[in-house]
Order: sequence, then C-alpha cells, then structure tokens
Amino acid sequence: MIPAGFSTAPALLLIPLVAAVVLALVPGYRFAARINIAASFLTLLAAVGLLSGLRPAPGSMLLVDDLNIVFLLVNAFVALTTSIFSASYIGHEIETGRLNRTGLRFYHSMYQILMFAMNFALLADNIGLLWVSVEIATLTTVVMVGLYRTHAALEAAWKYFILGSVGIALAMFGTILVYMAAHPVMGDGAPAMMWTGLIEHAAEFDPALLNLAFVFLLLGYGTKVGLVPLHAWLPDAHAEGPTPISAVLSGLLLNIALYAVLRFKLLMAANEEAIAPGPMMMAMGLGSLLFAAFMLYRRRDMKRLFAYSSIEHMGIITFAFGIGGPLASFAGLLHMVMHSLTKSAIFFAVGHVAQVQGSQSMADTRGLTVSHPALGWGLLIGILAIVGLPPFGIFMSEFVLISSTIETHPLLAVVLVIGLLLAFGALIRHGSAMLFGEPGKKTVPVKASLVPMYLHLALVLTAGIFVPPPIVEAFRNVAAMLG
Amino acid sequence: MPGYDIAHALAGGLVLISLLLLYQDRLYALLNMYAMHALVLALAVAWQAHIQESPHLYVTAAIALVFKAIIIPMTLHRIIQRLGIRRQIEKVFGVGLTMLAGIGLIALSIVVMLKVTPDFDPLAREDLAFALSVILLGLLLMVTRRNAVSQVVGFMALENGLVLAAVGARGMPLVVEFSVAFSILIALIVIGLFLFRIRERFDTVDVSALDQHRGERQ
Repeated sequence: MIPAGFSTAPALLLIPLVAAVVLALVPGYRFAARINIAASFLTLLAAVGLLSGLRPAPGSMLLVDDLNIVFLLVNAFVALTTSIFSASYIGHEIETGRLNRTGLRFYHSMYQILMFAMNFALLADNIGLLWVSVEIATLTTVVMVGLYRTHAALEAAWKYFILGSVGIALAMFGTILVYMAAHPVMGDGAPAMMWTGLIEHAAEFDPALLNLAFVFLLLGYGTKVGLVPLHAWLPDAHAEGPTPISAVLSGLLLNIALYAVLRFKLLMAANEEAIAPGPMMMAMGLGSLLFAAFMLYRRRDMKRLFAYSSIEHMGIITFAFGIGGPLASFAGLLHMVMHSLTKSAIFFAVGHVAQVQGSQSMADTRGLTVSHPALGWGLLIGILAIVGLPPFGIFMSEFVLISSTIETHPLLAVVLVIGLLLAFGALIRHGSAMLFGEPGKKTVPVKASLVPMYLHLALVLTAGIFVPPPIVEAFRNVAAMLG
Repeated sequence: MPGYDIAHALAGGLVLISLLLLYQDRLYALLNMYAMHALVLALAVAWQAHIQESPHLYVTAAIALVFKAIIIPMTLHRIIQRLGIRRQIEKVFGVGLTMLAGIGLIALSIVVMLKVTPDFDPLAREDLAFALSVILLGLLLMVTRRNAVSQVVGFMALENGLVLAAVGARGMPLVVEFSVAFSILIALIVIGLFLFRIRERFDTVDVSALDQHRGERQ
C-alpha cells in the first residue's frame, strides 16, 4: 500500500546529494566515474517514477506538474548519457595530464551537486528556493568552467561569474517585487512565494508591480538562458570548460533558466491587467536568433561555434513560447527537447574530436569522416539535425513553429526564416570544411564512447519520423497550460 | 508610521554612499567607503527589524556588520597587499560623466518605483525606490571599472541594495537565508580572487589580446 502523497520527487534531490558526498571521498577515477553513472541512472529512474502520477503532498515545498515533468525527464536522461560520455572523456584528460586526481574528485562531486541544483530548481514550489537553486547551479558551473586553470579558462569563469551574478541579482529583485505584489493579497509569509498559491491569486495582484517584476525576471533569468544582449558569458564558458560541462550547460542549464521564465510567464498570464509577456520574449528571442546566426560565420573554435548555435536555438525556443498558443508552445517544447538531445550529442562528438587532434581550432580539422569515420559521421548527422533538415526532430518543431508564425505574425515569419537560413549556411559551411576532404595532421588515438552520441541522434531521428501518441498528448497538455 | 524618518534617512544615506563609491580613485579608499556602505546597511536593517518587530532580521543586520563591514574589507585589503595589485582604479569614463549617469539612474528608479506603487505604504515604496537606486549604482560601478577588485566592490554594493529591498518587503520569508546565500557567494568570489591571483580584470578593451585567447584569429 502506497501512502497518500508518496512520490519519487524527493529522491531526485537526495540521490545526487548523497552521490556528491560519496564522490568527494572516492579517490579512484574509474570507480568514481562508475558511481557517477550509477547515481545518474538512479536519478533517471526516480524521474521516470514521477510518470506514475503520484504527486508530492500539497504544501511539501515540492511541486510536480505536467510542465516540470518534461524538464525533469530530459534533465535526468541527458545527465545519464553525459555521465557515460564523461567517463571516457575524463579518462583521456587524466592520461594526458590536463586534470589531476584532486581536480577529478572535485569535478565528479560538482557534477552531482549541479544535478541536485537543477532538479531542485525544477521541483521547488517556491520562487525563493527556485532562485537559490539557480544560484547554486551557477556557482557549480563556474568552478567547473575554470577547472583547467589556464588563463583562458579563468577569464571565461570570471566573466561567467560576474555576468551570472548580475543576472542572479536582477532575478532576485524581480522575485522580491513579485512578493511585494502578492503581499497585500496573501499576507505575510511563505504562501506568498509558493507557485501554487501565486497562480491562484494572481488576478488580484497589482498589475504595475507585476509588470516591473517581469522585466527584472526576464533580464535576470534571461542572462542565464543566454539571450542577446546578455549572452556574453556563454561562448567563453562553453569553449573553455571540460566538454561534458559544455554539453550539460547547453543541453540542460539553459533550459532551467527558461523554465523559470515560463513559470513567471504563467503568473503574468493569470493576471488580465498585466502586460502580455509574449512580445518581450518574442523580441529577445528573435534578436538572439539573428545575432547568433550572423556570429556563427566568423567562428574559428568549434566549441564556440556550437555555443553560438545554442544562443540561436534558445532564441528560437523563447520566440516560440513568446508567440504562445497551443501550436507555437507545442513547437517550443518539442524544439527544446530536440535541441537538448542534439546539442549534447554534438558536444560529445566535438569533445572527442578535440582530444583526437589536441586542439579545438576548426582550421586544424579536416576530413574527419575519413580519418575517424565513427566520430565524423556522428558529427555530420548531428549538424544535419541541428540545422533543421528533415527527417530529424528539429525540422518538425521548426516547421510547426514557422507555420504557426505565418498564421499569427506573417512578417515575423519572414525574419525567422531568414535567421534559420543564415544559421543553416554557416553551420553547413563550417561542418563540411571539418568533415570532408583530405585528413589533416597526425592524431592521437582516443577511446571514444560513441553510444551516448548515437543514442541521442537515434532519438532525434525517431522523433522526426514518429512521436508516440502519449508524448504528443503530454506535450499538448503542457502547451495548453502555457497558453 | 513610527520610525519612518530614521528608516528614510538610513536608506537615503545608503544611496549617498553609493554615489561616493563612484568617484573614488584609490582602491583602499574604495574599500573604506564600502565598509561604510555595509555599516549603514546594518543600521538600516536593524532599524527595520525594530519597527517591523521581526527579530530574525537582526541576524541579517549582524551579518552585514561583521561579515561585510569588517571581515570582507579587511580581507580584500590583505589581498591587494599580497598580490601587489595596482592601487589606482582604472575607469572607463571620467568621474563627471559617471556621476551624471549615477544621478540619472537614481532619478529613473525613483520615477519608476513611485509610479508603480501608488497604493503601497510610503515607507515600503520609498525603501524600494532607494533599494533600486543602490542596485543600479552598483551595476554602474561594475561596468565602469576595469579592476577586478572594484568590480567585486560594485557587486557587493549591488547586493546591499538587494538586502535593503528584501528587508523592506514586510514579512518576506527567507530573507535571512538570502543574506546568508549572498554572503557565501561573496566569500567565494573573494576566495577565487585570491586563489586564482586575478590581479587586474582581464583587459577586454585590448581586442587583439582577447581574440587570441578566444582562438578566433591567429
């Protein structure tokens, strides 16, 4: 007999926390990598357990609904595959001496703390706890970005730290303003910070204060989503940190910040007198897409290239949610999941490529499909998927998005298509230069783990051809909720 | 409302000290001024704790007094000595321009905050207007300085503004937790500053050096 209010949600927080403590103590890297994988696997099981429909008891500080289940599942899944990739990637870094054993223990422990923080941000039924978790997630990624201690890595970490802190501070001010708006209606104390209560009473809040709060929240959490003009930390942080962290940053952490924005958008939508948050999100989204599409052309570093591509895709997703409505929100959600899977697969490939040739420079990279067929073709499939060619999942979501934009804002649809085509051209140009032709200089052998990459790509391909009805149903529900 | 005058004077004092932070051109003077900033914050928070009759806010006041007004400035002082950091503060714009921008930001925050909160009790809304000014002045300090240490001071001033806002929001839960979380964040920044020996800010103005780091131009 399962007691009422039982749910696997607390396990999503406890498993990573326990694993973080254990990993801080375990010295051997092979063993630690296995514990990391095992903990991520258990977390995934707990996330799948949420599908059973058992919800945490109301008032337990944790909230599970249709919206965050999608995020939690993607989070746990990519965390697991990245931990598998990380085992072989870090193994190589140890052999080449870029990382020492202390750094390694630190790395594994931080990986699990990051998972804890991200899950907590998604589960917390409290805007204050959401903010605290995003802060923890930022701090852990900052130290991971600076892990190699090179000048460039420290510069990237410092920049990320300062910009991230400013973003966090703005989000905090927005959070206080939301509380101030809720206070006259809901009174002192915790209920005025709980999502469940806030949404219920939002109609009575002072609209002017809510508007101001949303501007701060969009700027604050938008910094973490990587929206232009607050994106400056993102390319550096992706390029200089260990590649598993780039994969987690692009695939997961950006989504967490987006989740915060979406929750506050729901709050705004529940108040009829408050301004519509949609146009602001559309403007920032489209701006990010166009800016990143142009920036893609002049890249020389492959991790930086795909970091700009992440800005581009987060722009598309923010734009889709900004348009709103069942169709565009559906497209946004699908695009988010597909982007997480594809982009992390690309980073898995790029991480091994950089190890194989000892450099991230694209100029040094030639003929990968000839010299390293498994990696090269994987990267090729990843690039074809990310630029939105059929039959991959991103084509589906972009197609739905464009058609719904044509219906509602025909002119913006033109801009959207131009942005997508520009990005397409840039990625194909850089991609074909790296993948085809005569192989470049001599390379070192690397034990690559190809399973996570091909697993992700297979999922993206499947989603482009056939999405199982239960998933479509679930996404429809969330899209209806987001409005 | 009892105690209105004093709360008002202390919050206003915080804004004035933020302006004073803007025109310091020696690092040590900047640190002393920041200690003053934190001291006034501690007084403002303690006064709010008194008039709101919420004793837990005294914890926040104590953190501001001990950690921010004493420990952090002293530690930064030592770090500047140990690392041999240049004591001159490099500014992006001249003092006059920065001060004008600062005054503009104060006007902006007062106009914005007072306009959106006409029905609030006057203490809370003016507190919020002052808090937003302190936050924006902190941001201004961060973007107009090139030294890492003065950027950190800018961030800490910004954070003091957040504490002022959180304390002014009557009955807000987690305020103490927030101030602890921010103190940890600041402690980590300062430790990072020392561990990684960040002497100056990485000079982003010299574009050629930057591109080299980024691997975008050979």
